[in-house]
Amino acid sequence: MDKRLILPVLCLIPALFVPQILEAIGEGFLIGLATRIVIYGIAAMSLNFILGYGGMVSFGHAAYFGVGAYMVAILSHHAFEETTIFGLPGTDFAPMSFLVAIIVSAFAALVIGALSLRTTGVYFIMITLAFAQMLFFLFVALEHYGGDDGLLMFSGRNILPGVDLSDDTTFYYVSIAVLVVVVALFSRLVRSRFGMVLEACRQNEPRMRTLGYPVYRYKLTAFVIAGAIAGLAGALHANQLEFISPDSLHWTRSGDLMIMVILGGIGRLYGPILGAALFLLLEEFLPVIFHELHLPTLQEHWRIVFGPMLILFVFYAKDGLAGLFSTRKEGEAT
Amino acid sequence: MLLLIEQTLGGLQLGVFLFLVATGLTLIFGIMGVINLAHGSLYMVGAFAAAFGTQATGSFFWGLLFAVAAAAIAGLLLEVLIIRRLYERNHLDQVLATFGVILFTNELVTIVFGRQPLFADMPAALAGSVEIVPGLQYPVYRLVIILTGIIAAGILYYVISRTRAGMLIRAGATNREMVAALGVDISLMFTLLFAFGAAFAGLAGAMTAPLVSVEVGMGEHLLILTFVVIVIGGIGSVKGAFIGALLVGLTDSLGRAFLPDLMKLFLPPAEASTVAGGLSSMFIYLLMAFVLIFKPSGLFPVQSGGH
Repeated sequence: MDKRLILPVLCLIPALFVPQILEAIGEGFLIGLATRIVIYGIAAMSLNFILGYGGMVSFGHAAYFGVGAYMVAILSHHAFEETTIFGLPGTDFAPMSFLVAIIVSAFAALVIGALSLRTTGVYFIMITLAFAQMLFFLFVALEHYGGDDGLLMFSGRNILPGVDLSDDTTFYYVSIAVLVVVVALFSRLVRSRFGMVLEACRQNEPRMRTLGYPVYRYKLTAFVIAGAIAGLAGALHANQLEFISPDSLHWTRSGDLMIMVILGGIGRLYGPILGAALFLLLEEFLPVIFHELHLPTLQEHWRIVFGPMLILFVFYAKDGLAGLFSTRKEGEAT
Repeated sequence: MLLLIEQTLGGLQLGVFLFLVATGLTLIFGIMGVINLAHGSLYMVGAFAAAFGTQATGSFFWGLLFAVAAAAIAGLLLEVLIIRRLYERNHLDQVLATFGVILFTNELVTIVFGRQPLFADMPAALAGSVEIVPGLQYPVYRLVIILTGIIAAGILYYVISRTRAGMLIRAGATNREMVAALGVDISLMFTLLFAFGAAFAGLAGAMTAPLVSVEVGMGEHLLILTFVVIVIGGIGSVKGAFIGALLVGLTDSLGRAFLPDLMKLFLPPAEASTVAGGLSSMFIYLLMAFVLIFKPSGLFPVQSGGH
């Protein structure tokens, strides 16, 4: 067996038994949290691809996640109402919904990326943020699809022949399967020639340009791939909750995704999954911990602790969780 | 015609706000190379301090002073405790650390003031309205805001282009290391500049307090609008921030006013107003995209050799 596969397979085995373990300790309802970790892990991996490997500090990644989620919900909405969208019927058929989600979010990333990548550095951060906010307002304004209140999928989760997605444990396994595919995709991508060029662009863009590489096209391609995968994660997200609201596109969600990448360890393949786990576990259990410690103010306002934690993390623990398990040094991502 | 005048004034008012907040942000970025997401929080601090100060003293004027001072002090603390460590870091670290500051400030303000929005009373002397052109009544307070913003822009222009401090600021924006090498206490200058920028954001927050409900998160929406302004104007340029702010303010205000009517020419009325509602909030971003296509570094790019 390939040596590189040992660690991921070792991690995958316990992940496969999460539902049984949770069941055994009587916390079966936490399967939802485990699924969320997997879904956000996928989204954070896609961000890590452009942020860690490509050096593009995209601050609007939640937008593609949200677009993917909305596509699933909108198609389901039309299928339920038996109305059409642009002359086409809606659908509950998972492969169709997911395909549309991926294509539309890739398209959004293509348009936004094509404009944003004309700039670099802090302009790029601000512009990706601003365009994401634009999409946020677009969905707020779409009264037909719930506007501010969001859109419920009345017919429930998508339909996949032979697989009962409405069962939470099954849905967890489906999410894990998607994660495995995405991990395989990115691990091949970053080792491919394409990934090497992308990484080289981050380290020294002028040199790559001088060598004759079409840097802009490479970066844009990476940006679109990341957008598409974020859309895929969004499609899972909408299915899990059977609901989507503009909140999922809010700029703070983009910040959360970025935090997950950093917590896990930027530019490391598995870092974002660890980061997503740590972030969502903190979000879930910090209030519980403060409750146990009889600190009601902090229980309600746990973010007052999380904010400074994040700052300290940036100051002192740049390498993230994955850095604790690895001696490999990565170049700075700027 | 009356609607046009009214909406133009509304656009100017938004533009003036955006300018007050954008100046600090653009100067801080232009000179220190720091992207500060928490700038919107300073605006929020100003608004809360104004609402609180006005209620405590019964005078809007004292509330305003209190707000500016509070924002300046908050800015001072922020610079000394956190921002100072970020000058040499990359943008990603700056974004994350200042994002952490937002989380902290929002919760702190929630704990102190609760989740209910605050309201500040308008000063009685400015509460009326005047007839600016026959048939159009316009609130005095909103005119005062426009005036204050223009005066603030004037003062800023004078300080930056005519005084020694302004000279240092401009020099620092061009080449920070050289200014330090010439014996200027660059660390002190940064701290003071940061507090100065914070005071402007606080002033904007204080002036907006009587017009909107003062609540947690109010700074963040404005922050993103401010980013649009800075990107359009060119990062580091105060002139760019001024032009960009007015452009964004007018585009937003006029777009909201006239787009629905425009849409009704093409679509049935009910649909037109929904589509127009969505489109008009996207307008300023389209403006930004349009500017970017022709001028990727903004309308007034600043040549910087410092970083």
